[in-house]
Amino acid sequence: MPRARSKSVRLPPFQAFLDDHREEVYRFLAGFTVAHEVDDAFQETFLSALRAYPELRNGTNLRSWVMTIAYRKAMDSHRSRSRRAVPTDDLPEQPSRAWNAEDHALWDLVRALPDKQRAAVVQRYAVGLPYKEIGAILECSEEAARQNVREGLKKLKGMMT
Amino acid sequence: MASLEETLSRARRASVGEAAAQGAARFVKAAEKENLVDVVFARVDSPFGELLIASTPKGVVQLSLAGYDQNETLEGLASKVSPRMFESAKRLDPVRKQLDEYFAGKRLSFDVPLDWQLSHGFALRVLKATARIPYGKVSTYREMAEKAGNVRATRAAGNALGGNAIPIIVPCHRVLRTGGGFGGYGGGVAMKEALLRMEGAVL
Repeated sequence: MPRARSKSVRLPPFQAFLDDHREEVYRFLAGFTVAHEVDDAFQETFLSALRAYPELRNGTNLRSWVMTIAYRKAMDSHRSRSRRAVPTDDLPEQPSRAWNAEDHALWDLVRALPDKQRAAVVQRYAVGLPYKEIGAILECSEEAARQNVREGLKKLKGMMT
Repeated sequence: MASLEETLSRARRASVGEAAAQGAARFVKAAEKENLVDVVFARVDSPFGELLIASTPKGVVQLSLAGYDQNETLEGLASKVSPRMFESAKRLDPVRKQLDEYFAGKRLSFDVPLDWQLSHGFALRVLKATARIPYGKVSTYREMAEKAGNVRATRAAGNALGGNAIPIIVPCHRVLRTGGGFGGYGGGVAMKEALLRMEGAVL
């Protein structure tokens, strides 16, 4: 059982936090990472959040907090995948068709963007976050977040022509 | 033709509800396996309205009667016990079953472990004495004060019973005013009277 916490931090029960943010986290991961890694990254994100939850000092922006964790977890699974060096044509990409089937070709291109641009584009368009919050998650300014999205769009256009 | 931004924005309409719910269910199983679940709670129907029950691995820690703000109760538990709380009707099924039997007049005592952590000192002693009052019997605030070690602390005993975190299971409805009046009840005096009549207590 965790230690008694300072009375000033009012946290909702984890169940309410999970219910409030599970869809946004799922949307981010479905857009950001390859389909067969979404479920594991989702579970790792919330397990990590649950471990840290009682010690949270600030309960005011829980969405940014869990999105930061999701970004980190998605990067981790991405890195360990690169280390495993599985030939890409062996990866079963089928489930990604289920999420957003009509535009899958475009989202496959999004996943080829550099990490920060990819994260910013997914947070902006698939989750619908404001730039200020994207900046907080990516640890950059609001303007830099905007810039990442712009650069990402430019690269996507380049890839499409 | 849709612009790139419009096409990307279509992803926000993609349905993820079911996939996220499945992911959440899988996550909760993993959390239980890693002993990261400190409190489970469930809402259960009763003849006296919807009750909220909360339990730790030690036992039932709180039962909140209808009429209390459930969100406030849950937030209180989050700060007093642990915010690692999950809703699970299944985990609290044995308690719900015993409550059903009790309300149907078919159960005379509860056989569920209790977690007393929300009560301390004199109040805890009063509540433990209250837990021993048998079905169909009544006692008084004065008698509970005496059993808790201070016969003069009748008012403090009343306060302890008013703060009972586990009513019904810890039967504070069986404690009446020393002069014979009903005294108060968190679920309303009418509920207290109804419970005592159901139990066949002499009134």
